[in-house]
Amino acid sequence: MTAVGERDAAPAAGPPGEEAKPAAVRAAMRWHQSSRSDRAWRRLLVGFGLTIPVLLVGIAALLAHGAWPALKKFGGGFLTGSQWDPVSDAFGGWPFVFGTLASSLIAVLIAVPLSIGLALFLTELAPRWLAAPIGFATELLAAIPSVVYGLWGIFVLVPFLRDWVETPLSDRLGGHLGIFEGPAYGPGLLSGGVILAIMIVPFVSAVSREVISAVPRAQREAALALGATRWETTWQIVLPFARAGLIGAVMLGLGRAIGETMAVTMVIGNTPQVPHSLFGPAYTMASVLANEFAEASGDVHRSALMLVALLLLGITLVINACARALVWHVNRGPGGSR
Amino acid sequence: MTAHTFRDRRRRAVNRLMLALTGVCAVLTVVPLVLIFGYLLREGASSIDLAFLTHTPKPTGETGGGMANGIVGTLEMVGLAALIGLPVAIGAGMYLAESTGSRFATAVRFTADVLNGVPSIVTGIFVYLLVVVPTGGFSALAGSIALATMLVPMVTRTTEEMVRLVPREMLEGGLALGLPRWRTMLGIVLPAARGGIITGALVGIARIAGETAPLLFTALGNQFWQLDPRHPTAALPLQIFSYAISPYDDWHRQAWAGALLLILLVLTLSLGARLVFGRPERRA
Amino acid sequence: MDAQPLQRPRTPIPTAAPVPPAQQPGPAALPTAIEARDFSFWYGANQALNGISLVIPDRRVTAFIGPSGCGKSTFLRSINRMNELIPGTRHQGDVTLRGESVYRGEVDVVGLRRRIGMVFQKSNPFPKSIYDNVAYGPRVNGLARKRADLDELVETSLRSAALWDEVSDRLHTSALGLSGGQQQRLCIARALAAQPDVLLMDEPASALDPIATQKIEELIYGLKQQYTIVIVTHNMQQAARVSDFTAFFYMGSLVEMGRTDLLFTTPKEDRTEAYITGRFG
Repeated sequence: MTAVGERDAAPAAGPPGEEAKPAAVRAAMRWHQSSRSDRAWRRLLVGFGLTIPVLLVGIAALLAHGAWPALKKFGGGFLTGSQWDPVSDAFGGWPFVFGTLASSLIAVLIAVPLSIGLALFLTELAPRWLAAPIGFATELLAAIPSVVYGLWGIFVLVPFLRDWVETPLSDRLGGHLGIFEGPAYGPGLLSGGVILAIMIVPFVSAVSREVISAVPRAQREAALALGATRWETTWQIVLPFARAGLIGAVMLGLGRAIGETMAVTMVIGNTPQVPHSLFGPAYTMASVLANEFAEASGDVHRSALMLVALLLLGITLVINACARALVWHVNRGPGGSR
Repeated sequence: MTAHTFRDRRRRAVNRLMLALTGVCAVLTVVPLVLIFGYLLREGASSIDLAFLTHTPKPTGETGGGMANGIVGTLEMVGLAALIGLPVAIGAGMYLAESTGSRFATAVRFTADVLNGVPSIVTGIFVYLLVVVPTGGFSALAGSIALATMLVPMVTRTTEEMVRLVPREMLEGGLALGLPRWRTMLGIVLPAARGGIITGALVGIARIAGETAPLLFTALGNQFWQLDPRHPTAALPLQIFSYAISPYDDWHRQAWAGALLLILLVLTLSLGARLVFGRPERRA
Repeated sequence: MDAQPLQRPRTPIPTAAPVPPAQQPGPAALPTAIEARDFSFWYGANQALNGISLVIPDRRVTAFIGPSGCGKSTFLRSINRMNELIPGTRHQGDVTLRGESVYRGEVDVVGLRRRIGMVFQKSNPFPKSIYDNVAYGPRVNGLARKRADLDELVETSLRSAALWDEVSDRLHTSALGLSGGQQQRLCIARALAAQPDVLLMDEPASALDPIATQKIEELIYGLKQQYTIVIVTHNMQQAARVSDFTAFFYMGSLVEMGRTDLLFTTPKEDRTEAYITGRFG
């Protein structure tokens, strides 16, 4: 720890471009670089900074340690096995992986067009008196706690979807299209996906808005001056220019959807199976953790749950790391000092 | 010109249609907001009364009672989490703001963003393994540590940005007066960035105040009063969750009331902070 | 600007006039391309243009000069209504293009902008290939039915912009790989490919080195056979070298407009003389 801190402290303690500073400032900086209080200060800050990677590594290490027995017992078959039976100690995680990916995919499919449309409306189109309140409304949506979304989902969204979307679709199309088949329970994959979509729209649209605003005005002007309509300019010039950042925004949204726990747990039906239809009850990785971890009966059960948690962590880490890299790349470096 | 008329008319129609569709997207986003707040007010407002605010829950199946212990438990845990998390976050933020070129700092910055994306339920399990298992039991302290783990990366990044916004001349001015670097940072630079940092901290606190998942296996929840942080403690979000999935109408009613109260708390913190201390620059 | 090696002696200022100055007609005697009548423009509460009336003749180069903030760019951007993109602006009066109003309610702004090409101060190629940059205007406006027509249009435009020889072997590589001067000529080619009849240039050479500037100036000189060109510049020598007519703007008003050779040698207004002799601005 000290080694990293020291190596790091040396170049960073003196600000860049030191030659340009007046001699008095330079002298003061040099003098204090060697002062004992400042060295202690520096070490303190590095220590605080270090807690963050330590936390991340600690999370991964503790989970891996806890998941090890299950990993040893089930191996790669854990991913494909679809039986989840604490009584006979048979654990396969596929229903949860499937439920997580399917509900998140539904969420992204619904949320992405909405978010980008909203972001375009706010950046390219809406006059300020309209953009400000709508922007504020999306911030309010982002501030609503997950459990409140879940509560609203149980009592408002799920009955609405069951009566107005699922039942009609199942009656009309159920016979022809498998995904619309079967009884409309209400709680299920679709409900989970829709609530997730509502939850990630504010987030995805906020990041998209930033990325779209970063497209130089000169690009828009060039297209408009060539006789392109506003929409053509947006579709052919602005969106392609912002593409990398938008992909990043969508991936950040996907990461959120995958890790989201409470609201989904409350509306997805919590049944460890791979549903045949969009309307069937399912289960996500986060939900099974929320429901079973505190009451896990045996060591194998608990370890299997930690393996689920490790998988969940792995998936979100990969997605988030890629997304951050993309968004950073677009915003010209991670310093945030643009 | 006439050769283009049809084409141009089509282009104009497409233009208008697509621009209108972006407006539809905006409307569709606002609709859930209106519905959620509408239901919260309709279902929740009538149930918030003195009993709800001052009583503890009644035994399963009985009507009446309140969430007083949950309200206090949430305030207790969020306060503790802030005490634990904010110094670390502000220190780490200052570290990042001061170390622009260093590769280690870039790595810390990146991990902070990635840590921000770790699912809160995973954080809960982490703290279960880190605190609950070694100490032998669920506790408010464990809950606070879980919440603090979520708070740190959020506030670190806002602090960094706010400190960066302070003109370099302020730091140089302090150093030129012969002040040590730590005094310049604490006495001049940090106060200059105060407004933004406080806003960022309060917005972060508002976010953890509404969290449920990290408390499930740390604070666990409690039907009774419990002010000692070494024991299982109730929290407002936990109580809303268990009441919402229960089969009792009276508990549903109380869940709505709790949700309204929770959202009032969250919005007061995050919006109030912005109104009073200004708005930190949002970033991805 | 003063450090430019290409700068020529201040007097006498050579002009682009192909015929002896005495035989050249004034702006009003030529066919009119653009005309402004008492045109004023506001950004919010700030008035940027104050009752501009002028005539821009067809197939000539007209230069707008004046100190920064004098309104020359604002007026240029009013001709194709690019100023409208900034919220909170308003105008009064009218501008006409070949006798048709630019500002009346029923005018199709998109069609208007197609007829008016524009080159910006900083080159702004799209992050696409060289070919796709030039082909953007024709594609969006449906100017070429067949691939071969489009290929030909791209080639002609690049030739007109004197860029063909430098890029013909790498048409499908990214435009962002070109040098600054090449990028600006690409933007000119892109504007030409949309087949405008007026070309607006907003300080097209201000970000370029002297050699690239010279190329752009030669290009402007060649293009005026086919196009009406309006160029905004803060470089008086450039105005003198490339333009037939010059308009001097000062604090949002048009002070004086006339034949370039006459304006630079015998200005009518004191403010013009003060500006061109370097006493302010």
